[in-house]
Amino acid sequence: MSSMASEASRDLQLTALHKEYPNGFVAVKSLDLVIPAGSFFALLGPSGCGKTTTLRMVAGLEEPTAGTIMIGKQDITHDKPYRRPVNTVFQNYALFPHLSISENVAFGLKRRGQKETSQQVKEMLELTELSEQAQKRPAQLSGGQQQRVALARALINRPEVLLLDEPLGALDLKLRRAMQIELKQIQNEVGITFVHVTHDQEEAMTMADTVAVMNQGRIEQMGAPADLYENPATTFVANFLGQSNLIRGTIVGKEGDVVKVNMQGTVVSIPAGRSHATSGDGWVGIRPEKVLIAPHGEPIDAPGNHMSGVVIDSSFMGVSTQYLIKMSWGQEMMCHEQNTGRRGVIPPGTAVDVSWRPEFAFLLDAAQDVDAGREED
Amino acid sequence: MLRRTSTRAARKTDMAPLSRRRTGYLLILPTAVWLGLFFIIPFYSLLASSLFDPTGSVLTGYQMTWHFKNYVDVLVAYWPIMLKSLGYAGLATLFCLVLGYVLAYAIAFKAGRWKNVMLVLVIAPFFTSFLLRTLSWKLILADHGWVVNAMKHVWLLPPDGKILFTPISVIAGLTYNFLPFMILPLYASLEKIDTRLHEASSDLYANSFKTFFKVTWPLSLPGVVAGTLLTFIPASGDYINAQLLGSTNEHMIGNVIQDLFTTTGDYAHAAALSVILMAIIITMVLFYIRRAGTEELL
Repeated sequence: MSSMASEASRDLQLTALHKEYPNGFVAVKSLDLVIPAGSFFALLGPSGCGKTTTLRMVAGLEEPTAGTIMIGKQDITHDKPYRRPVNTVFQNYALFPHLSISENVAFGLKRRGQKETSQQVKEMLELTELSEQAQKRPAQLSGGQQQRVALARALINRPEVLLLDEPLGALDLKLRRAMQIELKQIQNEVGITFVHVTHDQEEAMTMADTVAVMNQGRIEQMGAPADLYENPATTFVANFLGQSNLIRGTIVGKEGDVVKVNMQGTVVSIPAGRSHATSGDGWVGIRPEKVLIAPHGEPIDAPGNHMSGVVIDSSFMGVSTQYLIKMSWGQEMMCHEQNTGRRGVIPPGTAVDVSWRPEFAFLLDAAQDVDAGREED
Repeated sequence: MLRRTSTRAARKTDMAPLSRRRTGYLLILPTAVWLGLFFIIPFYSLLASSLFDPTGSVLTGYQMTWHFKNYVDVLVAYWPIMLKSLGYAGLATLFCLVLGYVLAYAIAFKAGRWKNVMLVLVIAPFFTSFLLRTLSWKLILADHGWVVNAMKHVWLLPPDGKILFTPISVIAGLTYNFLPFMILPLYASLEKIDTRLHEASSDLYANSFKTFFKVTWPLSLPGVVAGTLLTFIPASGDYINAQLLGSTNEHMIGNVIQDLFTTTGDYAHAAALSVILMAIIITMVLFYIRRAGTEELL
């Protein structure tokens, strides 16, 4: 990101942004981040990772200990919240219970001294499909409708940056999926920068152009959803974003554009671009849906090495079947097989061979905790 | 198995309304009996007394003569005192609201871990008697007490000025005595306000001033209405403050009713005055609640 580009546009720039609470807890550790104007950006991480604190500092609801927040060339680090070109969709919405839906939506315009708001309110209620509810009170609306009011109330002000703090967290799964698509469409329509905070990796990947995975006040990795998913750089990202099988191996060395790893007696090749360790031990990672499985002796449709194991659990999930396989070296591996109808469910106890295409594997530093980012049971 | 559970569930729903209704009545019963014995019957007797022949006395007995003129008599004789009482009560309520709102706001939003201590301090005066506390004000506001001297010193009072036995002392006493009844409902409704609404308001371009008038104040209205009613109603019928801290010039309608009942023994006029006071207060309260738009309180 050149400084030329960010001066011309209205990118949101966080520079060395740091937040330490009086009790000594460091929520955000010297964060550097540029969010391009007009993008849909997701801050993804488990609770307590600092994503909400970052958002609240941008909104002005939390004072940074150090660092700056800029929109284009405008430094807003110490501006009062009501002086920033930024609006927030709050977690649990924080709608004004004593005002009607249209009054809620008009609130920001009115406070900025605009007398006539009815036309804009009407358009915004149409955009969010709330025209029927205009005269109702927030308490009379369903969760999904309240969510849209919160969005309308923020969007009507045409902020330069819209902050969304777990906006879909209170909705049930089906509604959440529908709202994800709707939010994405609205963002396309209005072209405002959206910064979306969530702990739901699927939500972040569905909606955002760029996802930043946060952990313990730092950004672990940032990139397009597919890049993050296919090529995680740390065990935290590998486990937090989807699931991963991580198998310990010893790095043999680099040969051309692949890195050879001796993995439990089998030498596997990993593309250099997907190797995040160079020597010593490493974690060979492979996503469960990339693992191919067949009963022992049957051919597997993949070049590369076969490893053998025994199925210890099979769960039929409709679209796919999830297998838990005990490998010869004692580790359990997860495998998702698409339900193409080619074969029935392999019952537990069956000896199987597993394999994967080497270009799908990735290599991580063995110094990292193999369980980092895994959901706790 | 399935069928058995479903019939049991069905029977249960059939039974529920009846037994629930009976429980409801049982729960109402003690209060209903209490109100019947100590409110409805006395109120009926008060209404009846207000229509007695006023020439009767406690010794000779009263006669029911449907003497509606009692009402005209007391209105003609006491309307200035009645107005004054409502004025004193109104001012006391206003001062309670201003003082109480500031304190309740501080306790609800700014007190942090001192919240409970401060609430206890608000209630603490109740641990001593109402009379004793009012009598202490007599010492505090005495003509040569330190409060008056200090005020003279900074020219808040003229050299011959006084506070005790003036309307100021009576209104101050009323304000002091009823302040907790204002603070507690105000605190209850302020405390319920989600502080995220303040954040949302400031996010939507409202400074603290606008946030207060557009969000905090409207949401605290139920507390304002409850607090002002709990202050105004007892204050307008109060006679202790006027008796202890005021001269005869500051007598309120409560003092008049007390005199008529206990000193003069004029039950008929005392009762008529009581009924009028009650009617005025009920009318004002209904009007007020309409205006404040908090019908859900009723």
